[in-house]
Amino acid sequence: MTGRRLTRSAPSGHGLRRRAVVGAGLAAGLGAGLPGGAPARAAAPLQITVAAYPMLDAIVQAALPAFAQRHPGVQVQVVSRQYQDHHTAMTTALSTSVYLPDVMALESSYVGRFAQGGGLLDLAQPPFLGKQLRDRFVPYAFDQAVNRHGALVAVPTDIGPGTLLYRADLLARAGLAEADLTPSWEAYVDAGARIKAATGAFLVGNAQMVKDIVIRAGVQPGEGLYFDDQSRVLVSSPRFVRAFELARKVRRLKLDARVNAWSNEWAEGFKRGTLATELSGAWMVGQLATWVAPATQGLWRAAHLPGQTFVGYGGSYYALPRQAAPERRAAAWDLVQLLTLDRRQQFAAFKSQDAFPALRETFDDPFFEQPLPFLGGQRARLLWREAAGRITATQVHKQNNFADEVIGAALDSVLDHDRDIGRALADAQRLLERRAHR
Amino acid sequence: MATPTPRPARAFRLPRLSPAWAPYVFISPFLLLFAVFGVFPLGFSLYLAFQSWEPTSGLGAMVFVGLDNFTFALGDEWFWKALGNTGWLALASGVPQHLVAIPLAVFIHSSFRRLRDGVVGAYFLPYITSTVAIAILFSSLFSTDFGLVNQAIGAVFGGEPIDWLGQPAWIKPAIALIVFWRYLGFNVVLYLAALQTIPKDLYEAATMDGAGRWQQFWYITLPNLRPMVYFGVTLSVIGGLQLFEEPFILTGGRGGADQSGMTAAVYLYRMAFDFNDFGGASAMSWLLFAVVALLTWLTNRAFRPRASTA
Repeated sequence: MTGRRLTRSAPSGHGLRRRAVVGAGLAAGLGAGLPGGAPARAAAPLQITVAAYPMLDAIVQAALPAFAQRHPGVQVQVVSRQYQDHHTAMTTALSTSVYLPDVMALESSYVGRFAQGGGLLDLAQPPFLGKQLRDRFVPYAFDQAVNRHGALVAVPTDIGPGTLLYRADLLARAGLAEADLTPSWEAYVDAGARIKAATGAFLVGNAQMVKDIVIRAGVQPGEGLYFDDQSRVLVSSPRFVRAFELARKVRRLKLDARVNAWSNEWAEGFKRGTLATELSGAWMVGQLATWVAPATQGLWRAAHLPGQTFVGYGGSYYALPRQAAPERRAAAWDLVQLLTLDRRQQFAAFKSQDAFPALRETFDDPFFEQPLPFLGGQRARLLWREAAGRITATQVHKQNNFADEVIGAALDSVLDHDRDIGRALADAQRLLERRAHR
Repeated sequence: MATPTPRPARAFRLPRLSPAWAPYVFISPFLLLFAVFGVFPLGFSLYLAFQSWEPTSGLGAMVFVGLDNFTFALGDEWFWKALGNTGWLALASGVPQHLVAIPLAVFIHSSFRRLRDGVVGAYFLPYITSTVAIAILFSSLFSTDFGLVNQAIGAVFGGEPIDWLGQPAWIKPAIALIVFWRYLGFNVVLYLAALQTIPKDLYEAATMDGAGRWQQFWYITLPNLRPMVYFGVTLSVIGGLQLFEEPFILTGGRGGADQSGMTAAVYLYRMAFDFNDFGGASAMSWLLFAVVALLTWLTNRAFRPRASTA
């Protein structure tokens, strides 16, 4: 690296470049082997690398001036990739220990997967002692980063409290109020039928979205979503049967628009008012307000998810790879602390990127009480703050991603081919049992 | 003590290689690249097929498991489902490619003179266009409510719009149509090249003997195209069984509803990068290789030149 930099910056001439490279190589060799070489190394500025994805990359960039004040000699390089590419690159980097960043941003669904291996540093150990920080974070977000061996593999920075967004104008046209929508999932579906009859609008984008939340309601202690702590498969349980029955009812009553999230049809549904509700994270309000359907400002309201269901929709973490250079670890950890424990940085991210803070110290700020114009002036952040405290962490099994697909496909077979729910779930159970211990 | 006499500096010279080495030096860039990007991944994949590996733990976390990954793959319902999808798509997109490309090439060969290169170029264009651009374009064309395909079908036949990329029954035909459209031009170019090698006197003699255009096509053109049909079908078999980009992008990398757009190659990728099972994915990739090799051999058996019966 040093040699390459010198080669580029050499003024001219092959001889000079060659001497510079040889000199740099010698200095590096001496520095590595002898104590006297240390000053030559120390002279080079320390540079730490942060690998992130949009919009975390912007949040890290925005924090760099504050970091530079704390560490004037340390340079920070932010390597940004698209969400999927970033996580694929991180998997590859961890597997080969090549091009490992010093700080790795991870989306919540990947934290559980990456926690299965030993590639991330246990931040509960000295000198980090991260577990002492637990009380400062939203509990579920922190607990989600603790693996089954008790290792803390990442620190949360933002969360996505689940919420129900609904079109107040469509509800009013159907003669309904929020109280008709939220008491239970059954009430939500019944209200959807009345909305469809009165306005023609669909209740939800896809019946799969209903299933995705209802299977998360009522997870018992010691259970994960699909597997328990002994890797026993749970998908034939009443929790899944109920979720499938509700999703099937939504489809049979033609209450879902049969569109996938983030597709053109889905976005058009919001723009044209053909989707009456959305089940998502609080961050969705920012997406709707800025690019999905800004013209619908004032027509939306937020509520807790039906049936007092509290689930997290995504969130972000920072982790330190075990094989990254130890001499940069202290600076990397300090940057992570700045991003996750500094009230000002957490607020800056909240205000600029709608990144709902994982740091509880921010929760007493008057900013939470400000009305949101997109939600007709509703003080919805208070609602989401309450929801954040009521979400519980669920264990992540290494086959969770596969189980997601299997259960999605099982519901497809029920919705599209009218398959019996019991048989579809029994098949899914069998498929997952084959994988549970791989 | 004697002081060593400094030797006069000599001009630096590259060592002179024997001309006998020249071919190896010239071919070495390819061999090096092939070793790094061809041989090593193949060998590593074969090695991985016998390992259990949690990739995020690093290379040292591999555990030898013998044939477990192969046993698992052979008993995995989704692997067989993905192979079934792949076979369906390979047939539905591959067979029409050749059935249309041969008469189209004959038509272009006999009907166009000055415009021929332009016409061939137009058919070839999809082949050299980025798959990502094509998939994005077609996902708009196949859009349920706003896509041109449904607008056209609605204008002609009426009825409910088709959910091309959301309904399991329609995903495969949509993908097959794109693959057919994309590779048709490539096959046309192959057959045009072969048509130019057929001696014109054969057609002149046939015309003098009173053979019509259909008889000339059936008894002269088709038999002479046989070697190229073999080549084209072999490429289609290999390409069809490795189909990845089009279904991957059109289904958002997830195989679509009920996994009906999940080809074997997409499933291998997901096994490794979504489900973290690199060992299982490697074993499946070698099983897929066995299927490709078998079908290529069968193609060879079907199209190889037969001994003359005269």
